[in-house]
Amino acid sequence: MATPTMDRVEEGSAASTHLLTVTFRIRRFNPEVSDEAWWQDFQLEIDPKERVLDGLHKIKWDVDGTLTFRRSCAHGVCGSDAMRINGKNRLACKTLIKDIVSLDKSGNVSKPITIEAIKGMTVLKDLVVDMDPFFQAYRDVMPFLVAKGNEPTRERYQSAEDRARFDDTTKCILCAACTSSCPVFWNDGQYFGPAAIVNAHRFIFDSRDDAGEQRLEILNDRDGVWRCRTTFNCTDACPRGIEVTKAIQEVKRALITRRF
Amino acid sequence: MKIHKYDTVIVGAGGAGMRAAIEATKRSRTAVLTKLYPTRSHTGAAQGGMAAALANVEDDNWEWHTFDTIKGGDYLVDQDAAEILAKEAIDAVLDLEKMGLPFNRTPEGNIDQRRFGGHSRNHGEAPVRRSCYAADRTGHMILQTLYQNCVKEGVEFFNEFYVLDQIMVEVDGVRRSAGVVAYELATGELHIFQAKAVIYASGGSGKYFKVTSNAHTLTGDGQAACFRRGLPLEDMEFFQFHPTGIWRMGILLTEGARGEGGILRNKDGERFMEKYAPVMKDLASRDVVSRSIYTEIREGRGCGPAGDHVYLDLTHLPPEQLDAKLPDITEFARTYLGIEPYTDPIPIQPTAHYNMGGIPTNVTGEVLADNTTVVPGLYAAGEVACVSVHGANRLGTNSLLDINVFGRRSGIAAAEYAANHDFVELPENPEAFVVGQVERLLASTGKERVAALRTELQETMDANVMVFRTEQTIKTAVERIGELRERFKNVAVQDKGKRFNTDMLEAIELGNLLDLAEVMAVSALARKESRGGHYREDFPNRDDVNFMRHTMAYREVGDDGVESIRLDYKPVVQTRYQPMERKY
Repeated sequence: MATPTMDRVEEGSAASTHLLTVTFRIRRFNPEVSDEAWWQDFQLEIDPKERVLDGLHKIKWDVDGTLTFRRSCAHGVCGSDAMRINGKNRLACKTLIKDIVSLDKSGNVSKPITIEAIKGMTVLKDLVVDMDPFFQAYRDVMPFLVAKGNEPTRERYQSAEDRARFDDTTKCILCAACTSSCPVFWNDGQYFGPAAIVNAHRFIFDSRDDAGEQRLEILNDRDGVWRCRTTFNCTDACPRGIEVTKAIQEVKRALITRRF
Repeated sequence: MKIHKYDTVIVGAGGAGMRAAIEATKRSRTAVLTKLYPTRSHTGAAQGGMAAALANVEDDNWEWHTFDTIKGGDYLVDQDAAEILAKEAIDAVLDLEKMGLPFNRTPEGNIDQRRFGGHSRNHGEAPVRRSCYAADRTGHMILQTLYQNCVKEGVEFFNEFYVLDQIMVEVDGVRRSAGVVAYELATGELHIFQAKAVIYASGGSGKYFKVTSNAHTLTGDGQAACFRRGLPLEDMEFFQFHPTGIWRMGILLTEGARGEGGILRNKDGERFMEKYAPVMKDLASRDVVSRSIYTEIREGRGCGPAGDHVYLDLTHLPPEQLDAKLPDITEFARTYLGIEPYTDPIPIQPTAHYNMGGIPTNVTGEVLADNTTVVPGLYAAGEVACVSVHGANRLGTNSLLDINVFGRRSGIAAAEYAANHDFVELPENPEAFVVGQVERLLASTGKERVAALRTELQETMDANVMVFRTEQTIKTAVERIGELRERFKNVAVQDKGKRFNTDMLEAIELGNLLDLAEVMAVSALARKESRGGHYREDFPNRDDVNFMRHTMAYREVGDDGVESIRLDYKPVVQTRYQPMERKY
């Protein structure tokens, strides 16, 4: 075993008992209270190694119970808590305070952390948006395996290489960080958006699937892949590290060559 | 208030709920009520794999798997159920593959398999490769694949509908299920779902612990709803502490890490599991490994300034292997600890992980009202239920298996029941209990806060009913939980609105956690032996004469309105395996 270079961790955690005073500037909206959205500042003491989600919980649990957001697993696998943090789409549970806070030369916090709902989707309350159109776009690309012919009695064979071909896009957790970071989607909610295309890609390039042509035709639509302007916002936003723009390009190429 | 009528209603959209939904939708008009969007369930956090004796990479058979499951559960497993689990595992995996699940593959193109804790060749000879997996995101793939197939089958979902009550009606002297009451998060509106058959698949209740791998939303809502209506809860004292949670955070690091060759080490760098489990070593069953870790810590061989954790060492494994087989957990270490697992060991501690107990069912998923009587029209599957295939300690990879095997069985059974039975007439004001609960919380001007009570509950549970228990600590827990339940009566929420009132729902969830924590502690107090995940320092041995039986806990309300928990016991189903001393 490596010599306890672990000391770095212990030191790190000892140092982190030093709390930062941070302002969370949160975009609030509650039609039961007002038709207009508003910004509200909350000051909190927080360990910089904590998550943005921990900060939101401190506010909800100790200060203002009306603050509303979705969350579940708290470690980046369930996809509930995508939000716009300092202008960039991230999962609140996968974003540590230390990685986004601005400090001045003397180590004091110099700017508030802004938090708002993801863009391009109807805000229902505070950080909660209407996810139904997002899931509808997903459902529209036939996101399931379609295999023709007789079912084998055992598993279908798939080489490790064929399995690797679509590995990247199997990681999607449907958090909508990509789709709601896309300028094309902001302007036109009819666009399928990156997440739906990622999930189409996952099946188009699966060697066991027989419905690639059908999915390609769906995405050949005026609201399909050709709307993508390769701004790479989606790739930057993906908390799972999926190369979203590349996947969209691969679908475009498959449409031209009809090879996949 | 809206009234809906469906043949089959499924509560929960994790693995068990969606596996049931795929079957039930083909056979009956089905609705799935879920408090989260379907792919948010904690099934998605499961990592290491799903056991099935496919024998794709080495000799294996389902009988060995049955034996390992029974031994792993410290002989509290119902042996007929374990046999079904192990036998049907093979088709369950093949079904998922046909549904599109992207399993990792062998060089020949078959489903690849790896080692996992407690799974052995020929009754304990050596570890066996039985876990079918997709990197370290098998649960994610199962959840996505099941959701994809729900879309394919046109399953009808009611997203963000919280089921808050189970409607029971007595007809001809038999208590039957008539449906459920649900609260719609978006509007605050109540809905009655009248159903011929109801399946609970709403997951576990691990959030009563502080250091836990469980999601914030795992608050035992289904167990609490049934218990409140007089149905029993089985074996609730058996809770699994997974050996490798991220230190202090509890985030799960899969046992697959040890299956791939990872080693647990104490502060001296010693591979301490060799002392406790000479054959299976780091791949002994989870209860054994968790106790070993705490023994190291208690005897002063823990790591760090406070000596309060040990290391999971992956540094001897090639980076390519970590990237290919364990990409997510290595990323968790980087994200949350700032540690590079290629070069540095990861600090870990046992983390509260899984309810072995739950709503008692038979092997078709039918809920039991007592040791033998079935509740007509009521089913349960997955972590919410207790079949019991996990007994006193679940083996890793057997829960992803459980949700598929018993999710499927309950989906078929419920839909067939619905096809042959009529609706049970709803009682007058079926919503009355929930209306009262919601109105009381919204009107309360009490001084108690949900978050403070929940923190106290979690600290009480961690301190008193975790890996090591004694009469004294359990009594302390019972007492503290009782006080917290009293204080809960004065809890108030700040959000008084109808729209997305998660503030109020957290209060309701806390109420569920308090009820279930009490059941756990009371059940644990009465079990004066050590078995699987329940370890009593004052009774360190297993006592088959007095305690090879399932605990059945019932809520009772006296004439004076005072609530109490009554304990009864149910025999273990034994087929061909005689209890033996458990060694790894």
